[in-house]
Amino acid sequence: MAGSIEHEIPLSATDDLQSLPVLGKLHEWVVTVDHKRLGIMYIAGGLVFFLVAGLQAATIRLQLAFPDGNIVSPQVFNRLMTMHGTAMVFMVGMPILTGFFNYLVPLMVGARDLAFPRLNAFGFWLWLFGSLLLYFSYLAGDGLYGAGSAPDVGWFAYAPLTELPFSRGNSTDYWILSILLTSVGSTATAINIVATAFCMRCEGMTLGKMPVLVWLAVVVAFMMIVVLPPLSAAQAMLLLDRFLGAHFFDTQAGGSAILWQHFFWIFGHPEVYVLVIPAFAFASEIIPVFSRKVIFGYSIMVAASCGIGFISMSVWAHHMFAVGMTPAGNSFFAASSMLVGVPTGIKIFNWLGTIWGGKLRFQVPMLFCLAFLFQFLIAGLTGIMLAVAPFDWQTTDTYFVVAHFHYVLVGAIVFMIFAAIYYWFPKATGRMLSEKLGQWHFWLFLIGFHMTFDTMHFSGLRGMPRRIYTYQPGRGLETLNLIESIGALVQGIAVLIFVINVMRSLLAGEEAGNDPWDAWTLEWSTTSPPPEYNFATPPVVRSRRPLWDLKHPDDPDWKYE
Amino acid sequence: MQRWWLTIAVIACAPVAALANDWGMGDSNSKIPVSSIFSPVSTPAHEINVLALFTIAITAAIFVIVGGLLTYAIVRFRRRPGEDDREPPQVYGSNPIEFAWTTVPVLIVLVLILTTARTIYTVQAPTRPPGAISVRVIAHQWWWEFRYPDLGVVTANELHVPLSDRQSPTPTFLDLESADVAHSFWVPRLAGKTDVIPNRKNTMWIDPHVAGTYLGQCAEYCGTEHGLMLLRVIVEPRADFDRWVAAQKQPPALDASVAHGRQIFESTACVNCHTIQGTAAVGRFGPDLTHLMARETIGAGVAMNTRDHLRVWVDDPNVMKPGALMPAMNLGDKDLDDLVAYLATLH
Repeated sequence: MAGSIEHEIPLSATDDLQSLPVLGKLHEWVVTVDHKRLGIMYIAGGLVFFLVAGLQAATIRLQLAFPDGNIVSPQVFNRLMTMHGTAMVFMVGMPILTGFFNYLVPLMVGARDLAFPRLNAFGFWLWLFGSLLLYFSYLAGDGLYGAGSAPDVGWFAYAPLTELPFSRGNSTDYWILSILLTSVGSTATAINIVATAFCMRCEGMTLGKMPVLVWLAVVVAFMMIVVLPPLSAAQAMLLLDRFLGAHFFDTQAGGSAILWQHFFWIFGHPEVYVLVIPAFAFASEIIPVFSRKVIFGYSIMVAASCGIGFISMSVWAHHMFAVGMTPAGNSFFAASSMLVGVPTGIKIFNWLGTIWGGKLRFQVPMLFCLAFLFQFLIAGLTGIMLAVAPFDWQTTDTYFVVAHFHYVLVGAIVFMIFAAIYYWFPKATGRMLSEKLGQWHFWLFLIGFHMTFDTMHFSGLRGMPRRIYTYQPGRGLETLNLIESIGALVQGIAVLIFVINVMRSLLAGEEAGNDPWDAWTLEWSTTSPPPEYNFATPPVVRSRRPLWDLKHPDDPDWKYE
Repeated sequence: MQRWWLTIAVIACAPVAALANDWGMGDSNSKIPVSSIFSPVSTPAHEINVLALFTIAITAAIFVIVGGLLTYAIVRFRRRPGEDDREPPQVYGSNPIEFAWTTVPVLIVLVLILTTARTIYTVQAPTRPPGAISVRVIAHQWWWEFRYPDLGVVTANELHVPLSDRQSPTPTFLDLESADVAHSFWVPRLAGKTDVIPNRKNTMWIDPHVAGTYLGQCAEYCGTEHGLMLLRVIVEPRADFDRWVAAQKQPPALDASVAHGRQIFESTACVNCHTIQGTAAVGRFGPDLTHLMARETIGAGVAMNTRDHLRVWVDDPNVMKPGALMPAMNLGDKDLDDLVAYLATLH
């Protein structure tokens, strides 16, 4: 009986706790199933890990600032780079982007919550404790002398380095289990997003009238459902190898090292798109508003994203051009990898088409978007270079690749995360972020980013492999590495300004009002922050830009769509 | 006040003080040209270089055009001060334009795919002339073993290959194997990298046509000392190469003055891992030391091969290469001196 279960939960708990305001507030956040609170917790949690993993990157740059660096030992360095990579993907990128989808998808489709609010909370707590488990390895990971502490096998954990003979102790087990947990959480969220977008849209919102962001959330969610299981399966096999003496990847007993690579990259490459498509989604919402124009080629944008989703699942072995595939295999994956550039190019052209003929407002969210356009263009072009398999034989596993994927992960994704935070922060908190501090943040971050990552292309082309804890003098790498490290410092200062900006706004920010950017999607029609039920009455829409129709009754969108 | 400056000076010098000794490698490296992928001296690297330049030209053109359009649009369509608040005309899309900017990239990609495939087949399917040299490359955590099966030579970390001239090519074919985890063999000026994977045989080839020393290193993360798993390729004219081979096949000369050092070597754990021909030492876990002093460097390129460095290394390899699998030998000073004196005779 449902009634009796409800009685077992002390419904008055919150009332009791009201005498302790802080504890009561905390309790509300812990037990919440509200998509907005969970979204904010995802984003805030992700930002905390962003600071931690960023400090780890700063330590890496300090070590590499000079040749023969001796700031940290090789063992510590290898843990730093493993934790930095793993955390930035699973504890920063995934939760922040999931957090935004959590927050925005129900608001944008005019729903009161995600389809399965409890599943949503379940996913969040799995993610949080999975992430804490990874960092807990610093305290609890033991092993033989000199082998313990945090995982040190790299974020793609190539076999057989992860097998027992080479990775004693249990640091690798922490890596496996924490990512297994967060993967389950991500799958739950993905199912939730698909269900919400397909079943919870408000009256009048056909699939063809969903905002671009929601469409891309659906694409990402489908990709997560398809690509996370191979990773989880491979990790389960690795656990069997380590604990039960299976030999999937144990080359000393006839296992296959290549098999792990296939499993990992059939997850790992689509994962890049799982992270970058949300960045596309933010750009597709923010650029139109600050250009004062409707998105150019809505249906083409959606189709191109679906195309990226499909093609990106057949390109994984371009991470493995150097493993000795046949010429035919290499040619196939070179071709498929280049093909993914076509829909990606289409997206850039459509953003250009959106800007063309607009009236651009250079506020902070737009600045980040414009930098994103250039940086993503460069990232795409170096991506084409890497898809040229022979070129990749020279550049794979070097700083050229490090530069390329940081252009994607920072130049595109982190820039768009900042754009999204500046854009939707007023909605979530009711306060504006400071435009002036935002400008400082943007320009310093831009300068630091280019100092660090532009130069990395050249150190790679000059023969510097990635993941080396030091390099010898006299190889022509000193100046480049020093510039890279100074750039990291500049980025650090920029992030500090961002943190100050957020704190300042939360305490004494300017009131935002419902619709500070004069925008067009449904989330701006409700209050800032929105009430728990989002909309007092369920909205009814007739076009992709319901607020445009409201603001321009003489010239509504639905006449043209 | 002066103490103030002293503090600042100490803090400023801290990063420099944190630098490890470079064991003479800086001087040695700076005499060798930078290992840029754009200065190839061997056919595979040369083919890649041509394709890379072609790709860079195409992508640079795309960048100039698209980046230029973006810049133009941002400048031209900026909101000017004093402009009214009227919204600009709303344009929902255009199918002819979409068609155009889909077709052009498809054509560019088609050209790139074809040129790429041609280079892949050129590099991956070479013809093997009769004079080719074969080398088995066996990667270990964190050093390289080189075996010349046809010549009966075994060495480590410094690969000697003959110059290959275009009229009568003598390329070197490498069979890559790993004794433990995945590694990658990379000498940028000679060829792209090929992974060295346990339980699997990979091959690659080089035909250097300029004599000299080329720096390379392991390019796949392989554990603690991945960063210092360095390698050198020494390309010599055929006559020099043949002389080197002949010298490598000689057993080391016996020097009575270092008999005590040799006795220490043969009676301690050294023999478990190292081979010296003509002695009781036949270990395979570490590098073959028969002609140790013929090599420029020790510890897979961490230090120049001098007596002093050798002494530091044997005393405790962790000083030069933290995490190296060779244990500290814990010998007394006298024994250590004698042992190093013996090693120094292994020409």
